[in-house]
Amino acid sequence: MSTAVELRHVSKVYGSGPTEVHALREVDLSVRSGELVAVMGPSGSGKSTLLTIAGTLEEPTSGDVFIAGQQLARLSRHDRARLRRRSIGYVFQNYNLLAGLTAVENVALPLELDGVKAKVARAAAMEVLAKLDLAERAARYPDELSGGESQRVAIARAVVGERRLLLADEPTGALDSLSGETVMRMLRLASNDGVAGVVVTHDAQMASWADRVVFLRDGRMVDQTVPGSGPDSLLTPGANA
Amino acid sequence: MFARTLDGEIIILSIILGMSIRHALLALLSEGPKYGLQLRQEFESRTGEVWPLNVGQVYTTLQRLERDGLVESEDAGGAGPQNVFTITPTGSDELKKWLRMPPDVVPPPRDELVIKVLVAMRVPGVDLPELLQAHRRHLVQVMQEYTRLKSEITEGEVEVSLVVDSELFRIEAIVRWLDTTDARLKRLPARTASGAPTSAPRVGRSIAGVRR
Repeated sequence: MSTAVELRHVSKVYGSGPTEVHALREVDLSVRSGELVAVMGPSGSGKSTLLTIAGTLEEPTSGDVFIAGQQLARLSRHDRARLRRRSIGYVFQNYNLLAGLTAVENVALPLELDGVKAKVARAAAMEVLAKLDLAERAARYPDELSGGESQRVAIARAVVGERRLLLADEPTGALDSLSGETVMRMLRLASNDGVAGVVVTHDAQMASWADRVVFLRDGRMVDQTVPGSGPDSLLTPGANA
Repeated sequence: MFARTLDGEIIILSIILGMSIRHALLALLSEGPKYGLQLRQEFESRTGEVWPLNVGQVYTTLQRLERDGLVESEDAGGAGPQNVFTITPTGSDELKKWLRMPPDVVPPPRDELVIKVLVAMRVPGVDLPELLQAHRRHLVQVMQEYTRLKSEITEGEVEVSLVVDSELFRIEAIVRWLDTTDARLKRLPARTASGAPTSAPRVGRSIAGVRR
């Protein structure tokens, strides 16, 4: 599988002099297509900064960001905006759906903004809504959807079209456990379809849906889980959790 | 690599491991009268045959249950393989009472991880955040395995989901304790050269308290 996003020695400093804040320090992170990575860490550890830099919404103070093999620093502003529009989907804690549009219109919007014909965009939106088990809710407005449904619509909007990188900032933060679990199952589903996902969360249960969990502390990536290195068997006599 | 070897029945194992054979047998008899041999077979099949039960254990337990008036058998002469056992109203009451009995959460068990962290605070040269992170990583990896198991569970296997959820919440609580510990230690005043905190006597008392 190809690398969807790569951060090389990325640092981010806000302010200068005595008010200088090192949000990220020499972070290396690479996420492959089809991989779901969770980023955990306490408040102020740099989780959200990492996400905005990976999503090209902010530039690093030093270091390089590659999206689908393209080095961002070498792209023109125009090309970068296009890359962001076409390749990257965002999911936020508070869903950020447009209240005046139905679920399917919300999902189709990014494609339409990118010049895709309304009919084609709508068909693509319906397809992804169906995949996320939301076909019956397609004509509903955001205020008619539950929190969990709204977040699933937001996921659909983030992966519609050819988007191959999904960035989610505390996507389950406003949801109860079961709705949160459903959202994580959907992110899992999207990554099984080849989307690379990066989920920032402080919730270990939600993080445990990821293939890999990386841990940030004071702006540094201090550790990560090794996939498949858990116990051989669970729920058997003597298994020590 | 973890391979899924469990089915809905096996999962009952982890429940049963925390419960006595006595209550397991009462639970099986609450479904209807059964032979002693049948009870042993059902007990084993529901624990996925990973917890074999000595036939003697079954009959000894049945005899005690009968003595206490919680089950009765057709033949008062003994607990042979051909004997049919029935749960009594007292037995049903006992089972219901046991189901509602609060689990043994107080006083807290002596927690190995808490002790390790408290001890580490006194050991010179230990990088506490790194130690906490090593435990955090291990626990999250275990959670990932449980979640992988959960993602494979079908709708018909709700028992498995309940047990997996219970384990996930339990481990999550430990991760949160590690997070809080991490944050609390970060706020502590600078440590002495030996690595011991300036508030050593208080920590000493805490350790003594945990021992109780």
